[in-house]
Amino acid sequence: MGAPPTSTPQHHLMDIAFLTDTMNQLLAGVPLTLELTFISVTAGLFLATIMAVLRASFLPCAWFVRGYVFILRGTPLLLQIFLIYYGIGQFAAVRGSILWPFLREPYWCAILALTLNTAAYGSEIIRGGLQSVPAGAIEAARVCGMSGLLLYRRIILPLAIRQALPAYSNELIAMVKSTSLASIVTLMEISGIAYAIISETYRALEVFLCAGSLYLLINFLLTRAIAALEWWLNPQLRRATP
Amino acid sequence: MLASYLTLIGFGPQGWGWQLCLATLTTLAVSVAAYIVGLLFGTIGAWAKLSDLGFARGAADVYTTVVRGIPDLLVIYLFYFGGSQLLTSLAHALDQPGFWGLNPFTVGMLAVGIVSGAYQTEVLRGAYLAIPGGEIEAARAVGMSRLLMLRRIIAPRALRFALPGMGNVWQQVLKESALISVTGLTEILRQIHIGAGSTHLPFDFYITGFLLYLLLTSLSGICFRGAEFWTLKSERRPTLPLPRSGRGLGWGRRPPQRPSTT
Repeated sequence: MGAPPTSTPQHHLMDIAFLTDTMNQLLAGVPLTLELTFISVTAGLFLATIMAVLRASFLPCAWFVRGYVFILRGTPLLLQIFLIYYGIGQFAAVRGSILWPFLREPYWCAILALTLNTAAYGSEIIRGGLQSVPAGAIEAARVCGMSGLLLYRRIILPLAIRQALPAYSNELIAMVKSTSLASIVTLMEISGIAYAIISETYRALEVFLCAGSLYLLINFLLTRAIAALEWWLNPQLRRATP
Repeated sequence: MLASYLTLIGFGPQGWGWQLCLATLTTLAVSVAAYIVGLLFGTIGAWAKLSDLGFARGAADVYTTVVRGIPDLLVIYLFYFGGSQLLTSLAHALDQPGFWGLNPFTVGMLAVGIVSGAYQTEVLRGAYLAIPGGEIEAARAVGMSRLLMLRRIIAPRALRFALPGMGNVWQQVLKESALISVTGLTEILRQIHIGAGSTHLPFDFYITGFLLYLLLTSLSGICFRGAEFWTLKSERRPTLPLPRSGRGLGWGRRPPQRPSTT
């Protein structure tokens, strides 16, 4: 017999060509991951702020927000995505509404679910921040004649954001990780592409290494950016420059 | 409307009640198994992070940083596909042809367990560091051996500080167990998905899923709060004996009476 056939799937564990090829394919998913994170975090932060303020306001609103947070924090995100993507379409009223072109798309369903989910966690973080604002600071601002939005903009929110930022950075990292669930409703972000490559080649370890390092890199850059933001927001903690 | 919903999730011939009960038990079982694996990894990780050995600290740092920075879904894929990849090549090396794979329960238990172990590491490490140094010194001063000190002083004290964090990790494990449905394990989410597909009533089923998870998370929240209350026994303020004034209902909370010494 001659030389053994070269076409047998005799792959080595660390095959540089396969790794670079996988990396190139996965890189195509990075924009979608970032996009999902950015849109849902921005919209979620907006909702969370409103809810945190509502929670501190009069009673029916506070009860509504408490119930919302209880439900969204007590159930898995994947179930929430499924409810929006598969569940809502059961009703003819929804299928006939003007929102249906959006709710039919997995992209918007994923963004909606991620937004509603992060808003629940975020509102609790912001509430913690708001509660940490010293009463004296608010009293002093009132003495100066500030009230309403001005008081929030100048005194309460800056102090609350400073306090809430470390906890919120954890939530941001969790959101980057959560976008991977969008792959289950067919979106081809990093995890979606990773799944496609794994089920094609059955080389889970290599694909995992590539996709994992991409997520790690994104999260590393994110934590660096937040640390810089924290430094900028807390001038009182900086050392005096001689 | 409500009546048809109740028949759907009820225990009748048309109902999905038994399947949903079984799925809930599966979720609970896989979560408990994963939590135990996580506790194991968390204990080892916390020990490594607190040890004097440089390589152990480094390895634990890499473990927590990596696992907390990548999506859990990828870890599940790694174990699901990678596990069968490894087992099949092992089996081929031992002249056992065919396809070998890990069963979904084991995959879920290991994957979610290892992910939660990274969070548990930080919880346990923080709890150990919260023990006042004087207590450990005192235990050493009375001549306790390391194992006795661990059992009598460190473990009970650390448990008290760790319990709130451990409760959070449990809630997280319970929710992450939903991801195991991608491996085909029939836990709540998978069963709900199957039911939604075969009855064409997705909304009813997904709402049921919400109810089941809320039931599990709130019940276990109550358990953990109870456990916290129990471990804080020594830190509670004593209930003050109420003065027996003629006012009030007369059967208010009173501490048990000391037996009279006559």
